[in-house]
Amino acid sequence: MNNAKAVRSEGESSKCHTISILVEDKFGAFNRIAGMFAAKGYNIDSLSVGATEEDGVSRMTIVARGDDKVIEQITKQLNKLINIIKVIDLTFDSFIERELVLAKVQTTQETRREIMQIADIFRAKVVDISQKTLTLEATGSQQKVDAIIKMLKPYGIKEIASTGRVALKREFQGEV
Amino acid sequence: MKSPLGHAGDGSTAEGTPGKLMTGAEIFARSLVAEKVEVLFGYPGGATIGVYDALHDISDIKHVLTRHEQGATHAAEGYAKATGKPGVVLVTSGPGATNTVTGIADAYMDSIPIVVFTGQVSLPLIGNDAFQEADIVGITRPVTKHSYLVRRVDELAGIIKEAFYIAQSGRPGPVLIDLPKDVMAQKAHFAYPDSVQMRSYKPVVDGNMRQIKKAAELIAAARRPVLYVGGGTILSNASEELMALAEKLHCPVTTTLHGLGAFPERHHLALGMLGMHGTWYANAAVNYCDLLLAVGARFDDRVTGDVERFAPEAKKIHIDIDPSAISKNVPVDVPIVGDVKRVLHRLLQEVGTIDTKDWLTMIAAWKEEHPLRYENGEEIRAQYVIQKLGELTGGNAVVVTDVGQHQMWCAQFLNYSTPRSHITSGGLGTMGFSLPAAMGAAFGRSDVPVISISGDGGFQMNLQEMATIVEHRLPIKVFVINNGFLGMVRQWQELFWRKRYSQVALANPDFVALARAFGCPAAKAERTTEVEEVIRTALAHKDGPYFVEFVVAKEDNVYPMIPAGQSFHEMIDTPDPVDGNGSGKDIVVLAKGVSPESPKKERVPGRIKINE
Repeated sequence: MNNAKAVRSEGESSKCHTISILVEDKFGAFNRIAGMFAAKGYNIDSLSVGATEEDGVSRMTIVARGDDKVIEQITKQLNKLINIIKVIDLTFDSFIERELVLAKVQTTQETRREIMQIADIFRAKVVDISQKTLTLEATGSQQKVDAIIKMLKPYGIKEIASTGRVALKREFQGEV
Repeated sequence: MKSPLGHAGDGSTAEGTPGKLMTGAEIFARSLVAEKVEVLFGYPGGATIGVYDALHDISDIKHVLTRHEQGATHAAEGYAKATGKPGVVLVTSGPGATNTVTGIADAYMDSIPIVVFTGQVSLPLIGNDAFQEADIVGITRPVTKHSYLVRRVDELAGIIKEAFYIAQSGRPGPVLIDLPKDVMAQKAHFAYPDSVQMRSYKPVVDGNMRQIKKAAELIAAARRPVLYVGGGTILSNASEELMALAEKLHCPVTTTLHGLGAFPERHHLALGMLGMHGTWYANAAVNYCDLLLAVGARFDDRVTGDVERFAPEAKKIHIDIDPSAISKNVPVDVPIVGDVKRVLHRLLQEVGTIDTKDWLTMIAAWKEEHPLRYENGEEIRAQYVIQKLGELTGGNAVVVTDVGQHQMWCAQFLNYSTPRSHITSGGLGTMGFSLPAAMGAAFGRSDVPVISISGDGGFQMNLQEMATIVEHRLPIKVFVINNGFLGMVRQWQELFWRKRYSQVALANPDFVALARAFGCPAAKAERTTEVEEVIRTALAHKDGPYFVEFVVAKEDNVYPMIPAGQSFHEMIDTPDPVDGNGSGKDIVVLAKGVSPESPKKERVPGRIKINE
């Protein structure tokens, strides 16, 4: 049925979409969502799950890539899953998006100060320090997180852990 | 429907007050009774032994012990398709569960409501590679509409209620419930819920009125409309509304494989099936139509071929209950999400008669020029067997086909006239489907004869169910069309792979002796002249099954044919002279909705040309 979709090429019309999903905390619910993406051959850039204001309901934020047709199918296929309460493609609205990253950077006596200055500029926090490393915690949009990683790279990044993106629709849609 | 339900040990009565303390196994049995389940297809094992113990005392549910779990799932599908009620399966854990996978996948593809209960090892053992453990919820996730692992006995009744609701509502499909052994032994107060409250699942059934009005506008402007009708029409019991719409609009009707029976093929507006092996004129009508009204169909690749060139001149309206089916393969102008019956009912109020006279004249000419045809000789043609069967039953039968050439010939030559009279494995294309599915259909329908038609290949994939059929003395006519080949694959090898016949010839057993070994009376027809009599004998046999082997032409092809991924313009019509074995004199011709007795008309002069 989906042979044409097995390997999706990313054409020029392919765009990133941030999709916010409210899902019941039921057995196998996340498995079904992840499995649907795999079975249909859709690409996921980022995925995060967390609690919401309501017991028994989680919010999943998925960043997926595809042209309009693919994104439309993703939204429909998600809606088709029984445990999913709501699917919102935030891309059509103004929304706030954040990602948290922990980066363990190699340091020497000479570079430690420079790295801390970079952290200051990005309002990142130093959360761990050792003779040879500094661990920074940075929060922000993906562009900001990408920018600090780019700045830190020349010093040598030992390890990175990141949350994936979380997003909420802005209440006031007039401003950006 | 209350049943005498014994409770081991406590000696309580059947009625039992709601809220009575019961084991999971008893709750399971009581819940099925509450769902009015009449037949349960299954196979016991270690993990379900307690459940089977609880079932032992229930007289309201007939348990059918199939000979293989795959047979149980196909039987449940056949039962569901023949009756419109959900089919129910109970199997054990591990291999019992994995053997149901093909049937579940089949039901998923063809939107058949079945509920499959699988045994599971006890909760503490899950994940331990325990004996007969399989992660069946994980294995079947992509092919179930929904699934559950029951973790607490007090959830069980609610889960069963939800499962039956999900399986039957919206776009129907299979639901699986995994029953850990220890949970089924624990006790809870039983009260079967009256209703289902699910905030995350609310299928849209009433079509949006604005969309329906838009559709009516397109219809009003159309001069060459075609109704393209799928299995959703039968699932929604909308044949009457379809007939009313077709007649009001004077709109020709073509059906998909699963739509067969939704519209009587003897009706003058009938075009028969469309698609890869559809009639020439159905495909022509779709190719040249200016409005395609898709009703409960999903634009499957066997229907569309090349999607870019499918109904290229047509505005498209698509009525479907599944939003994800809309614009999945072919973009449509007016989508209407909703239940076919309700949407058609509303649409009927909005449309008036349109002038399709020229269009119907053109289609009549196509029917005359390109009918389905084959040539009879001494050697039996499968088409002839099927056409004769259709004539002798007058469409008053449930025909359950397998997969392959005979399946396509049934679609072409049986002239289905009522809904639920045609059962087949369409989406998944499961060989071995027919025999167990016919068994399920026969448990649900005693009003009409049930006929299983398989090829020699498919029959051997689930022939163990002959034992079940004989045991229950089901009056099924089991027809095997034997050409000694996996005919459809052979046809493709002949047409597209330079006739290199790789692994398609079958060395077969003596089918008649085999059927008799199961205790089933059997006959064999080897000449065309024997066909009618043997079918009459089979139809007259009411006491238990009757088996017939038809030895047919070995290298016969299904025509017309649109090669995979191509369009109407590449359609291969039945070659002339009709390939076969005779002298070219006895050519049988069939055009849908055209009486064979009606005198041949002259070629229609000056018939409308359509810009090609």
